[in-house]
Amino acid sequence: MATAEHAIPRPQIVARGVQAPARGWTSWITTTDHKRIGILYMVTTFAFFLLGGVEALLMRLQLTSPHNTLVTPQSFNQLFTLHGSTMIFLFVVPMMAGIGNYLLPLMIGARDMAFPRLNALSYWLLLAGGIVFYSSLFFSAPEAGWTSYAPLSSSAYIPNNGVDAWIYLIHLTGLSSILGAINFYATIANMRAPGMGWGRLPLFVWGLLTYSVLIIVAMPLIAVAVTLLLTARHFGTHFYDPSNGGSPLLWQHLFWFFGHPEVYIMVLPAFGIISEILPVFARKPIFGYKAIAASTVMIAFLGLLTWAHHMFATPTPIVVFIFVMLSSYVIAVPTGVKVLNWLATLWRGTVEFKTPLLFAVAMISLFVIGGISGVFLAIFPVDWQVEDTYFVVAHLHYVLVGGSVMGIFAGIYYWFPKFTGRMLAEGLGKLSCALMWLGINLTFLIQHSLGLDGMPRRVYEYPDIAHFQLYNIISTVGSFTLALGVLVTVVNVARSLRHGVVAGPDPWRGNTLEWFVPSPPPANNFDVIPRVRSVEPMKDIRRQIERQSPVADQAPAPTPTPAVPA
Amino acid sequence: MARATSPSHRRTLRCLLVVALALGALALLAAPALGGTFTPQTGGSPNANRIDSLYRVALWIALVIFFAVEGALVYSLVRFRARRGAMAAQIRGHARLEMGWTVGAAVILVALAVLTFAKLDSIRTPPNSGPGEAQLAGRPALYATLDRRLPPNGKSLNIQVNGQQYLWRFTYPGGGPTGFGGPYSYQEMVVPTDTTVTLDVVSQDVAHSWWIPALGGKVDAVPGYVNHTWFKIHKPGLYAGECAEMCGRRHADMIAVVRAVDPDRFEAWLAQRQADIQAANKAAESARARIARQGGLAGSP
Repeated sequence: MATAEHAIPRPQIVARGVQAPARGWTSWITTTDHKRIGILYMVTTFAFFLLGGVEALLMRLQLTSPHNTLVTPQSFNQLFTLHGSTMIFLFVVPMMAGIGNYLLPLMIGARDMAFPRLNALSYWLLLAGGIVFYSSLFFSAPEAGWTSYAPLSSSAYIPNNGVDAWIYLIHLTGLSSILGAINFYATIANMRAPGMGWGRLPLFVWGLLTYSVLIIVAMPLIAVAVTLLLTARHFGTHFYDPSNGGSPLLWQHLFWFFGHPEVYIMVLPAFGIISEILPVFARKPIFGYKAIAASTVMIAFLGLLTWAHHMFATPTPIVVFIFVMLSSYVIAVPTGVKVLNWLATLWRGTVEFKTPLLFAVAMISLFVIGGISGVFLAIFPVDWQVEDTYFVVAHLHYVLVGGSVMGIFAGIYYWFPKFTGRMLAEGLGKLSCALMWLGINLTFLIQHSLGLDGMPRRVYEYPDIAHFQLYNIISTVGSFTLALGVLVTVVNVARSLRHGVVAGPDPWRGNTLEWFVPSPPPANNFDVIPRVRSVEPMKDIRRQIERQSPVADQAPAPTPTPAVPA
Repeated sequence: MARATSPSHRRTLRCLLVVALALGALALLAAPALGGTFTPQTGGSPNANRIDSLYRVALWIALVIFFAVEGALVYSLVRFRARRGAMAAQIRGHARLEMGWTVGAAVILVALAVLTFAKLDSIRTPPNSGPGEAQLAGRPALYATLDRRLPPNGKSLNIQVNGQQYLWRFTYPGGGPTGFGGPYSYQEMVVPTDTTVTLDVVSQDVAHSWWIPALGGKVDAVPGYVNHTWFKIHKPGLYAGECAEMCGRRHADMIAVVRAVDPDRFEAWLAQRQADIQAANKAAESARARIARQGGLAGSP
């Protein structure tokens, strides 16, 4: 058939008539190329990640002794507010947007996003949000926590404008996320390569799809909540003020209706990254593609029904607690299914211990702990004991650092060759992975015990009883180990940008279409968009090339790319 | 296999050794935690003990799942690491197996739900007081509410807990027929042993959370709402806790102490407290009258 003839891919795609790449800093400011925007996102959010990390280390230093005076109570509150808000709104969510921006069109065989200029706007809104938020350091930083519970966040209790800076952070980054999510959704729905039905969508793209839908559904709620807070702070409204007919619980419902899906917004793309990496390094197809894709959708849907499990201690009818306890239990099923499918993907494979795989495996081992402690928190009588303590701090960091951040690092090591054309050093990568894994466990495992022993979260000092100080010191040592691990990756990236081994288009023998194009890909990505026949289009392409090549001699069949020296 | 000395192989083994050492180090670090810090606090009140027993069942289930999953992960990494000549099995799924573990996971959670429901009522509903209960149990409470759960015989000592930045105030029964004007104390709540105590938890400014770990779970003090919990202490002594909802800059200093004493001593303490407060009120009243006689504050020298 003519179409089949047309679709036969060539071993080496040589871009024809490519414009000379734009140079200079103005080309970065004016760019609408999804890859450049992706890089802007990733570099910016990583800078915020380092800032948020420094804030965490300062808190850990403060807590090394029971009545430390390193920072004032007010500064401590500002630190945890900055840390939480930065990591969530300026790192994990937009980092996923950045990785997604770079890879989504490549993975589905598109030449750019559906709305390239809107895409640029999303990035600049994000940067504006970050700048507005951090400018508050020069006036008065927000100090009501990343949850900014009313009425504490109202002007009667915190009159300074820190909370307002936080509100604008939410507005700007929220708008950025919503526009970005609409763009992702439109791109996935309309711009897939010929032959790429929903059943052949790469699993990372499934992660991005659910990420986008959740953002579109949940983000407007927080926008409403903070707008009401803004009017209460400045224009005399009383939405959260019980003495005027308002309700503090309204804030909590609006906030957590956004806040819980936000967790899945942060972790579902990481699941997708893991689902891409494991089959490549196990040299096996992903086990149960449909089950993993379906469980992603199920988690996203159920994630919208569990928000009140953050409110188990509030005055709320018991029937609500029972409902959200059960819906939270049910989420454990698709999540468990995912983990078991990952294990089955490794099972009977030939696992190559490259850094991306190590990060992926580290992610699974850590996320399992966060997932299991999540079930404890869903049992609401148990939650009455452990919520708002260090047990919850431990749980959420196992999910977000162990799950999302390790997933992001796995993705960085996996796709860095595609982004830059050079490999990251394996030795430094493995060292970084080991330090981070150890650091996360040292920091957060002991915090479960701190919480069970009665240490609430968000305290700048604590009574000198039990093992409180010992546990806190262990946790602090762990946090610096974790920071060292991150630093090793920073060094690795800085070094490899100039001195890394040249990667070629497909260093890992990947399964998905981004490995079809040169590294880094040219503007507009594809000269010829290959027809997709399975979930592993690159495997098909390699096989086809092998079939067409002469088989007479014993030399290994030519692959579309030179294999990387081991 | 014979090729156990190939370089990639040795590297893998070294990797595993490092992981094993790391896990060992973690186990050592966790050793001091063995002194009861794997479970919530107990020994104060029956509801705390019941939460703890529910927690322990969940912990056992969790440990089994944890070791099974992490074990399978480590096993597949060791057993199925890339070796020369090894071929990856091209399996894309197994419908029956996948159905099996989906149902299996669901069954575990159903069991957990059933267990929670079985324990729930004994955690929420207070028991009757012991034979030597304090006389005040059964007095009318400050707030009329349908949400307060009472013991089967309907008698409890009801104390109002009021959160404010950064202090707890406790109001005891003993005032007028409406309950107002009763004796109160700050920071330290004194209660009789063997008596069921019900709490009405409120806040007058921002959200706080009442939590004494050994006496059961937290209840949030949310302005505009009345929240409820209970405890029943058998052993006299001090039970301490901290505010558990971030309530401002001095949140960490908002501590609460419950001192449990014999019912007789409690009655005596409460009477003394009442007398002290009345004396202080009288003194204030006469001071006010004196000031008024002298022409108010403006007229005083």
